[in-house]
Amino acid sequence: MTASSPRTTPSFPRTSPPTAVGGAVPLPMPKFAAAARSALADTGQRRSLRVAVAAAREREAAAAAELSDWDELRETGRAVGDATLLDLDAHLETLERAVTEAGGTVHWAADADEARAIVTGLVRAAGADEVVKASSATLREIGLTDALADAGVTVHETALADLVVRLGDDEPSHLLSPALHRDRAEIRELFLRNMIMSAPPADADSGSEAGDGTASDDPAALAAAARAHLRERFLRARVGVTGANFLVAETGTLVVLESEGNARMCATLPDTLITVAGIDKVVPTWADMEVFLQLLPRSSSGDRMTPYVASWSGVTPGDGPRAFHLVLLDNGRTRALADEVGRAALRCVRCSACMNVCPVYERTGGRAYGPVHPGPIGAILTPQLRGVDGAAEASLPYASTLCGACADVCPVKIDIPEVLVHLRGLVVESRRRRPVPTPELALMRGLAWTMADPRRHETALRRGTRWARLLSRGGRIRRLPGLLGKWTEARDLPAPPAESFRAWWTRSRT
Amino acid sequence: MTSAGGPVGAGSRAEVLRRVREALGGARGPRPPVPRRYARRLTDAEAGTRADVLALFTERVADNRAAVRHVSADELGTAVAAALWGREARQIVVPADLPFGWLAELDGVRALADAPAVDIGTLAAVDAAVTGCAVAVAQTGTIVLDGGRAQGRRALTLVPGYHLCVVHADQIVGTVPEAVERLDPARPLTWISGPSATHGIEMVRVEGVHGPRHLEVLVVED
Amino acid sequence: MRVALSVACFDDALFPGTGKAVTVLLERLGHEVVYPPAQTCCGQVHWTTGYHREAADLARAYTAVFEGAVRDGAEVVVAASASCAATVRAAYPRIARTARDPGLARAAEGLAVHELTEFLVDVLGVTDVGAYFPHRVTYHPSCQSARTLGVADRPLRLLRAVRGLDLVELPAAGECCGFGGAFAMKNSDVSVAMVADKVRHIRDTGADVVCAIDNSCLAHIGGALSRLRGGVRTLHLAEILAETGPA
Repeated sequence: MTASSPRTTPSFPRTSPPTAVGGAVPLPMPKFAAAARSALADTGQRRSLRVAVAAAREREAAAAAELSDWDELRETGRAVGDATLLDLDAHLETLERAVTEAGGTVHWAADADEARAIVTGLVRAAGADEVVKASSATLREIGLTDALADAGVTVHETALADLVVRLGDDEPSHLLSPALHRDRAEIRELFLRNMIMSAPPADADSGSEAGDGTASDDPAALAAAARAHLRERFLRARVGVTGANFLVAETGTLVVLESEGNARMCATLPDTLITVAGIDKVVPTWADMEVFLQLLPRSSSGDRMTPYVASWSGVTPGDGPRAFHLVLLDNGRTRALADEVGRAALRCVRCSACMNVCPVYERTGGRAYGPVHPGPIGAILTPQLRGVDGAAEASLPYASTLCGACADVCPVKIDIPEVLVHLRGLVVESRRRRPVPTPELALMRGLAWTMADPRRHETALRRGTRWARLLSRGGRIRRLPGLLGKWTEARDLPAPPAESFRAWWTRSRT
Repeated sequence: MTSAGGPVGAGSRAEVLRRVREALGGARGPRPPVPRRYARRLTDAEAGTRADVLALFTERVADNRAAVRHVSADELGTAVAAALWGREARQIVVPADLPFGWLAELDGVRALADAPAVDIGTLAAVDAAVTGCAVAVAQTGTIVLDGGRAQGRRALTLVPGYHLCVVHADQIVGTVPEAVERLDPARPLTWISGPSATHGIEMVRVEGVHGPRHLEVLVVED
Repeated sequence: MRVALSVACFDDALFPGTGKAVTVLLERLGHEVVYPPAQTCCGQVHWTTGYHREAADLARAYTAVFEGAVRDGAEVVVAASASCAATVRAAYPRIARTARDPGLARAAEGLAVHELTEFLVDVLGVTDVGAYFPHRVTYHPSCQSARTLGVADRPLRLLRAVRGLDLVELPAAGECCGFGGAFAMKNSDVSVAMVADKVRHIRDTGADVVCAIDNSCLAHIGGALSRLRGGVRTLHLAEILAETGPA
């Protein structure tokens, strides 16, 4: 049991150490609009994001279009996801049994605190003072790196982009490419400062094509430096920590998709492997992988198949780790599961297609969505995992124009706009209980009251029109008061014509 | 402390399962059917004949930025030696049960059999690994290793910088569903579709981050 | 055919020309137009902003008004606002479910609301409505019209049949203009960044007029164009279709 950490206020680590102890004060996450404002001012990020997501969008669209049965695959992906959630308890028990029979150990974590404590305990029990860690949104979600650091364990981020994020001491900005907010020059600086590569000789031309690997900002040279730096850590590591893309209940098989090879290293070379995965990652049968191994690669990197797909069931004598631990994480997922509309978000396979087509994400980047799940899927997952009491979480369902581009591409057909609107309803309901109504609530209630009656509506329309025409000059309104002032910050509003449609109708047709 | 009271290692098992059951409620209603109308085999338009399947595999492996060559069974030893020579491999590691003939033509290359298991430092120092595979997928240009015959343990094809993989034509299936059907998930599986790659910096593709920088596939046609 | 006209609250006050144009157009095509005066608002803004109780009240009122119009002899309900039509068609079942109001769900199901271009192309089977509009025009497919309703190329087919009209393709047409109802206020910075790009694409076409089948998106685009003195007019598609030029 986790008495020390009530579910409604999970402590949530950001950049600095949050401490591994339950009850730590969560650092406030800014509201989306505020975070977005500073992101919009970052012109360098704007440019690289625009280019990167446009390329990703094209790759994904081409990869999907290549399969004539793409929609059938999506429909099966959706249906398998829904069916799995409806029997999640049974599938989790099956999974536990299968993993155990295959020689693994299953742990259950009700929240991030408990998951951190379990992993820290396992690392200590293995007698290790360092671990190699693969990229995983779930590991980020539980703040594992900081917790292990607090426990005196050195964590080696092994995915190239994670290494960059870690060195820069900041937040990931994209699911697949977490360091998207850093350009090559910044990464070169980080690598030099942290001795991942050495300083250039005085006469060297930085960024030279010679690729001598000393201090070029060429992505290939930077990747080579990271490879050399991490290689020795891989070879001596005794504990590896990874996430997982899928947990096959029937066979106890974990499936990881990746392209660098670092997750394979983490899962293969150390003696002890610890994998942390959300309970939403379960699929019932091995045969179901024939669907997800088509949907996920094409929707995430736009590859026909991700360069590496690794799977394992428990331990295999003579091949890979001698001890395998699976930590199953709830951390708010059952809260989402309890919501019949919101639970669709648990079908998510973390492909990132939704963020690559999102016009909001394309301009703000991922960090405006908070530290864990960026983009449209983050806007529906984060408020469900963490609740909507906080202003930042409550702002996320509104971080969308509801344009629907995300739902068009989602490989498991999550109707993200539907869930966004649903969550907005939960946000409003939670605000209704407050003793003093928000200005918006007062406005919306007043509007609804007025519109409930045609005569009231007509009177208000006439009065509003008069006021608005007083505010206008040359047929347009350049400044509005109150909540509507946000509109006229950058946009005019046409002055309402003196005669409304209904007045015209009455005058001319009756 | 967390996870106190429960059995060692179990953590909050009962609590998580209770929450799941509570979330789903008592009456869960009928389970909607799962439609499976997607293709299990390649269509005739994609590959009508066996030769088309092999051609598709070749094309897709090349798309994945791996080198691929077709050889006859007689030529295999020569092709392996030539490929290693081309990459200037001096020392290689191979699974202990690699067919002897595959390495019969080696000249000036030292082959270490992984029995007893080669230590990790040695593995990091060799130039290449030569293996077979369990299944290959034409549609995606993928080879799958399951640790079975001529494949060895996973580290062999992970640590060295160059992986040379021999695929027999009859191991190539058309689609992912066909491959999933042939594979045993109880074995550790590695699906390989090209060399190690990253898009971590400015989403620019760079090959050879942690896994092998180079992948070469020899398709043996009998 | 007797058509009950659904006029968006937004259009009623700010863009009365759209409702007039629909009336003129449908009458020109030989149909009878009635306007149920008790209508106020479909509830879209309340629904999408999260005020679901209020949205349910407005939805009940809306369905009652148009059920009444049908009882009084209207054969069909036509809305010129794609997002209102999308609200009735896609959101009302959800509003009913949220409000646990099966009566509203039934009423919504029974109420066939046609968006104008769907009505013209699918029900009346016309694309040439006899319009004359000698201007360079580009078309912005609003998200609700393209994605929720799926009007596809119906608006373009209607535009192509307009005499004198020079239709130019809008680059990145499918990208949202950044309006999104409350989004334009709650996230005005992002919204403005989006409309800035939309306006740039519109100006790149060299069009005199940008049209759409949602005045809310057009007010957003037009508001930015006006602030920037962009020199491009916004017009609802209906207002182009109603034009016949000098007789």
